[in-house]
Amino acid sequence: MKRSIYLLPLFIFLVIVGYFAVGLNMNPRDIPSMLLDQKVPHFDLAPIKGSKRGFSHKDLSGQVALINIFGSWCAACLAEHPFLMEISTKGLIPIYGIDWREKNPDDGPRWLAQRGDPYTLIGDDPKSKVAIALGVTGAPETLFVDKSGFIRYKHVGPITPKNWQSKLWPLVQELREQ
Amino acid sequence: MIAEAGHFALILALFTAIVQASLPMVGAHHRNALWMSFDKPSAIAQMLMITLAFACLTYSHVVSDFSVLNVVQNSHSMKPMLYKVAGVWGNHEGSLVLWVFILAAFGSAVAIFGNNLPPTLRARVLAVQALISVGFYLFMLLTSNPFERVFPAAMDGRDLNPLLQDPGLAFHPPFLYLGYVGFSMAFSFAIAALIEGRVDAAWARWVRPWTLAAWSFLTIGIGLGSWWAYYELGWGGWWFWDPVENASFMPWLAGTALLHSAIVVEKRDTMKTWTIFLAILAFSLSLLGTFLVRSGVLTSVHAFATDPERGVFILLLLVIVIGGSLTLFAMRGPALRSTGIFKPISREGGLLLNNLVLTTGCAVVLLGTLYPLFLDAVGGSKVSVGAPFFNAVFIPLMIPMFVAMAFGPILSWKRSDLIQAALRLKTAFILTGLICAVILASLDHGPFLAIVGLGLAVWLFVATLVELGERVRLFKGPLKETFGRLFRQTRASWGMTLAHSGMAIVIAGMAGVGGWKVESIQVMKPGDTVNVAGYDYKFIGARQGQGPNYTVIEGKFEVTQDGQHVTVLSAEKRNYPVRQMPTTEAAIHSLFSGDLYAVIGDPEGKDGKFVTRLYFNPLVAWMWAGSLIMAFGALVSISDRRYRVGAPSRHKIKNVTVIEASGIGQT
Repeated sequence: MKRSIYLLPLFIFLVIVGYFAVGLNMNPRDIPSMLLDQKVPHFDLAPIKGSKRGFSHKDLSGQVALINIFGSWCAACLAEHPFLMEISTKGLIPIYGIDWREKNPDDGPRWLAQRGDPYTLIGDDPKSKVAIALGVTGAPETLFVDKSGFIRYKHVGPITPKNWQSKLWPLVQELREQ
Repeated sequence: MIAEAGHFALILALFTAIVQASLPMVGAHHRNALWMSFDKPSAIAQMLMITLAFACLTYSHVVSDFSVLNVVQNSHSMKPMLYKVAGVWGNHEGSLVLWVFILAAFGSAVAIFGNNLPPTLRARVLAVQALISVGFYLFMLLTSNPFERVFPAAMDGRDLNPLLQDPGLAFHPPFLYLGYVGFSMAFSFAIAALIEGRVDAAWARWVRPWTLAAWSFLTIGIGLGSWWAYYELGWGGWWFWDPVENASFMPWLAGTALLHSAIVVEKRDTMKTWTIFLAILAFSLSLLGTFLVRSGVLTSVHAFATDPERGVFILLLLVIVIGGSLTLFAMRGPALRSTGIFKPISREGGLLLNNLVLTTGCAVVLLGTLYPLFLDAVGGSKVSVGAPFFNAVFIPLMIPMFVAMAFGPILSWKRSDLIQAALRLKTAFILTGLICAVILASLDHGPFLAIVGLGLAVWLFVATLVELGERVRLFKGPLKETFGRLFRQTRASWGMTLAHSGMAIVIAGMAGVGGWKVESIQVMKPGDTVNVAGYDYKFIGARQGQGPNYTVIEGKFEVTQDGQHVTVLSAEKRNYPVRQMPTTEAAIHSLFSGDLYAVIGDPEGKDGKFVTRLYFNPLVAWMWAGSLIMAFGALVSISDRRYRVGAPSRHKIKNVTVIEASGIGQT
């Protein structure tokens, strides 16, 4: 009996460890965004340099679409870019771009000219006017918008073939069926 | 080149730590003096290596070397120098470097000053220290290398989190780590004692100063953290029961219990296993604190490294260190024999009560902190346990302890009499009653709990001073005798008096701001005046400006009381463009009776109107003053003669006589 008391701390610790182990496998990024299941806020962004049309919330109507926040200064966007090109050439889903926080208005267009442009329309947001309204915390981030213009999911970080196959593409199909 | 040197030093430190962890441990087991003798040189070598690595990282930050990833992510060329340096430990990788640096520094202190330790004990203590270091070096080198390069080098950095760009917070982590890591000393001694199978007064004399030092640093660290929250988050709150705050508070509670129970081991040769357990607990909770912040298990505003891969590694580290030591405790703990016996009403009994309350409090905080995780893990929703839970459970738990805290020092060892003790405190009862009556008469309202808190603070403060008066026989003998006794008081007892009265001042601060805070939120245009708690705040106006790496709106208020000028408050709202993050810099003017606190909000319309928030926070500064007094008390106690270590042996005989001479006046 006396001995077993000495085992008690170890036992309690092991229980806590068990919970930690479960907790670790949960994604802390799954924190719902404030804007989740809200309508896309109204905005109207100017086109990037050398392009004629900008991007406004009205362009999204009636379709499931992605809004991708990128910038020529962002290394992770560069990593993401080839796969966005693949999505775009296969015509899987329209991707709308927000060119975020460019210091020089020439940077974004040059970046796209060199690597290809996967975007249906692009809005220029150097001063984070819309990025803040959309609750963007960094680049790249991708918002999933459904047919009625509601934000259904926010993906933080680059889209990769892996997370596209396992999570994002099924999500798109689910949104289309609704 | 410098970054590679740092990386290389880190690898060398790992190998040195492996030597330090293995040879002395095996040597101590086989009584092999040669193998054991590796403990000291390897501890010092490891300290030099990690110092070099730390210096290299600091250099990279200071010169803004943007080919180092860590600098790119956490610095910016326009950042003021103070924050470039603070940026070294203001991020995940760098804070780990600081962590092991402090660990190695403590280890080398044992190596240098530990000549009077039994050789096997010293070898084992240093080996355990090195084992912890090995874990951290591997963690850094495998998952969080601070010296990683980026190619091509970035043009500029991405800034430090502007919320962290603040003097209060720049020095908050080092103090916190000095506290966390300081408990590793008590831990290493506890593990070494379990392996040796012996705990005695000499052991406790070694453990207590380290614990006191760690506790003192942790007290300052927590104080700085809450002070930062108070003036930076901009609404006058100072404690949020946030997981990260709890993570630093739990080791503090366990450490407070430890430093009290170590007295019993030293003086009365009892409560040994309990003390060992507390030593393991205090450090385990420190590690848990590190884990909670970094793993992403619990999210909080503080989390700056949420990465499951690192989390798995830390979890493994926790299982080995904490699980291993608790297993050892379960195996060897029952064998430790105590000789001292005591009655429930005695100094030992009082200290045991203190221990039980503090560990229960610690368990409450742990439960509240981990409860959301428990619920989430079993498929429930994401919830947070907030202040209401902690306030409802934790505060009532502490109240009886503060009442008893005044009695503890009055009780004699082994067996005491409560009525006699109460009689010795009768002056304190009378004085407390009088002061409380005056306070109650001058207050026309106030929440019950805050009034209780204020009463407790008065009681504890007065009783602590009365106890000192009793000890020096104030008014009971000639004044000359009293002075003589006052000078002969040991530093340890001065430390106790300081720490306990500091605690009383902290309680008064908490009760004051908790019960009688006045706040007023409104839109003001230049020239408007608002009265808050008897002070007239006149809004002079706001202007836009430019700081070194931020834009700023600065609002000025002139504060007067009954027409008398008190001060001009200048509150700022800053915006850091690189991170797109606004911060508030509250304007604070501390008075003895409380803080005048003003915050400027967003502009309202175009004619110079602004949202303003004005507060009067009574006694709030007492909390930090009290914390400093507590921390200072611990330092005074460390300097007590019996802990002074490393004294040359030829002075020893002289010292012994001095101790005996000074011991005469003691009870």
